[in-house]
Amino acid sequence: MAFFTVEKRLLPSRRLNIAAPIVSTLVALVISAVPIYVGGVNPLYGYGELLYGALGDKLAITETFVLFAPLLLCGLAVALAFTCKFWNIGAEGQLYSGGLFASFFAVYATSIPSVIAIPAMLAVGFLGGAGWAAIPAILKVKLKVDEVVTTLLGNWIMTYAVEALLFGPWKNPATGWPESPVISDTTKFPILIAGSRFHFGIILALLVAVVFYIIVRKTKWGFELLGIGGNQTASYAAGINVPRQIILAAIVSGGIAGLAGVGQVAGIQFHMTTDLSPGYGYTGVIIAMVGALNPIGVVLASFLLAVVVQGTQAMHRATGVPWALAEGMQGIILLCLLVGIFFTKYRLKQGRRRS
Amino acid sequence: MNALEYAVDMRGIVKTFPGVVANDNVDLQLERGKIHALLGENGAGKTTLMNVLYGLYRPDGGEILVGDKRVVFNSPQDAIAVKIGMIHQHFMLVQAMSVVDNIILGLKSNKVVLDEVSAQKRIRELADTYGLEVDPDSYIWQLSVGEQQRVEILKAIYRDASILILDEPTAVLTPPEIKDLFRVLRRMKDEGKSIVYISHKLDEVLEISDRISVLRLGKIVAEVLTKETSKVELARMMVGREVIFRLSKTAAKTGKPILEVQDISAVNDRKALALRKVSFTVGEGEILGIAGVSGNGQRELAEVLIGLRKVANGNVKIGGVDVTNSSPRKMADMSVGFIPEDRVGVGLVMNLPILNNAILKEYRNFSNGPLLDYAAASAYTERIIKEFGVKTPNMRYPTKTLSGGNLQKLILARELARDPRLLIASQPTRGLDVGATEEIRSRLIEERSHGRGVLLISEDLDEILSLSDRIAVMFEGQIMGIVQAEDAKLEDIGLMMAGSKRMEA
Repeated sequence: MAFFTVEKRLLPSRRLNIAAPIVSTLVALVISAVPIYVGGVNPLYGYGELLYGALGDKLAITETFVLFAPLLLCGLAVALAFTCKFWNIGAEGQLYSGGLFASFFAVYATSIPSVIAIPAMLAVGFLGGAGWAAIPAILKVKLKVDEVVTTLLGNWIMTYAVEALLFGPWKNPATGWPESPVISDTTKFPILIAGSRFHFGIILALLVAVVFYIIVRKTKWGFELLGIGGNQTASYAAGINVPRQIILAAIVSGGIAGLAGVGQVAGIQFHMTTDLSPGYGYTGVIIAMVGALNPIGVVLASFLLAVVVQGTQAMHRATGVPWALAEGMQGIILLCLLVGIFFTKYRLKQGRRRS
Repeated sequence: MNALEYAVDMRGIVKTFPGVVANDNVDLQLERGKIHALLGENGAGKTTLMNVLYGLYRPDGGEILVGDKRVVFNSPQDAIAVKIGMIHQHFMLVQAMSVVDNIILGLKSNKVVLDEVSAQKRIRELADTYGLEVDPDSYIWQLSVGEQQRVEILKAIYRDASILILDEPTAVLTPPEIKDLFRVLRRMKDEGKSIVYISHKLDEVLEISDRISVLRLGKIVAEVLTKETSKVELARMMVGREVIFRLSKTAAKTGKPILEVQDISAVNDRKALALRKVSFTVGEGEILGIAGVSGNGQRELAEVLIGLRKVANGNVKIGGVDVTNSSPRKMADMSVGFIPEDRVGVGLVMNLPILNNAILKEYRNFSNGPLLDYAAASAYTERIIKEFGVKTPNMRYPTKTLSGGNLQKLILARELARDPRLLIASQPTRGLDVGATEEIRSRLIEERSHGRGVLLISEDLDEILSLSDRIAVMFEGQIMGIVQAEDAKLEDIGLMMAGSKRMEA
């Protein structure tokens, strides 16, 4: 009887790193074909609609990018924290915190010209996310409180705090809806492709990816974060100020997630709302893992996910496959990608059972 | 010879890892009721070969016969089924469980309700038969390292092992514990068990084994009867060249004190007092050896001196400057180099490239504003790994691809390239092979001759005696005495190590 054992690879192979996500995606498509077929739709037709819906025309492509921006920022935020093993599961809360602070500024910044107002709003939003991430980081460093728990609970505190504000004191007086007043026109992100929602925040997200790359691969700080992530004790013994770098990483991570919130407010919603994110912060964790904490990997993973989310929605509309199935397919793809990554680190060895 | 006289017959075993052939067509015949030593430097392929025999690795070629039956192992379960047991260098025991529970853990014969009473009875019988004294009711965390090893051996025997593999069993033991272990091994041999003894220590192999196979670079280079060989011959076969056992050393020219430690006290991780009013000095151009059985405060002392542990009392001066309770960063800036006893845990970041580890202390000096000048760092790394003989095909490979000796050379390169005034070397040759040990010891003497102060912490008494200019002995967190190396009597040092004598130079 044939069977397999799992062995760790000593050196990762470059070819495999490229092949694994492609093969994983194909496998996911094959697996997903079964429920699509059972749902009464020809899978090939379904996938055609999926691709068309995500990349088929100008509207589809720009909408995919609209989705891509917050996913990318959250993925980068989580990846930076994970690089030094600060397990930040709180990008969702930091996104809301960033959006909230930025909208406080943006609603009342009516008399400031855009060239000043937009950078200032970005800074305020960054600080909003950073501050929310700093609390668990300080608790971890000073009191050894597990950041997985504190960052996760921080999400609930922040989203409920936002709801309390928007249902209460900060309710939009013009409409009575649970949303903030409209932000000043001077703080709205410029639209870069006319007749679409392709806004400046998308370019900003890509710029952050470049900065992330430079930080991790080129700076002393990135060198320190990699060291801390690999072996905290050895890094500390070598003279790296581990607590300070962890707090800094958490702050920058939260700040990046905060920028995702700013983008949703200033590029899409133009209010602070209670549904700024359908869980981008949580998806960011998966994106960071699927992208192997590598900036290029994170960019590709967020783009793939944006295509899938956008495309499955389109497939649902065009073919009538159930909505749950479209969402389930996102799960299947992510799962396959994680398995694919596993095989870049481990190999299967074939053997025979003793007869 | 009749094949049945072999307990195990391994034929033409081949095992490759990416880029290395760990076992290259290896034959090994283990005779019944004999102790067969597997001798070789680190990275020679000894452990790999035995992991194949224990079912942890699948060989890429060759066959294994146990008795007269050809076997293929898919897991250690299969090896245990044909009565093979292995005692690893790192014990596989559950700290929070008792000896009995550890021994019966995972046995197929366990019922829903464990029969601990009869298990305990049988463990006592086996312990008596083989002289493995250990209290079956005590918890693993209460036991010394030597006792834990006995539990591992009992575990194997309890599972009816008739073939035992011991991987570097003395690496963690004190000299008296080694004596006990050898007594047990001889008893087991007399009871008809066959033993494979993996080691790179020549003296031990000569003392305990009947037959020796020497592995070098994955190949068996010789198989000899122990009574027909000598230490010099074995060393030559193992290393592939002549080895000098005596190091030449000029008299110390001790200069100004570089490290002054006065009355320091500190607690260990369990908050028990580990250092009690320790005082000593190390001068420029001097090696001060700290002898003692490990666990008597040496680790804590080293940690205090490089800033990883705070003292409750006392003070530490470097070059006359008070640095008590400074951070590791400050200590590194004060020109203190450190070779930690736990290379993998404290010394290196194993998953990162060799380059990153080579500059882990020096990276601030390769800056270009906030950027790190990787080009300059690569040139620096290239130079120091060459100078210190770190063997690697590529400095961008993960550090975990290096062998033990090369890991230690990498640490040595990193620390010494920074030109430290004081070097703290903790167990610098533990677990290293003869060749690497010799290189590292010569290097320490050379550094001391260049005027650096060296604090050498080692449980290897030979190492202390052959390198030190003065010797301090630690026992239960105290310095029992400091003596000049040339008039040190082994007997006195032994008594101080045991805590029954105090001396002042």
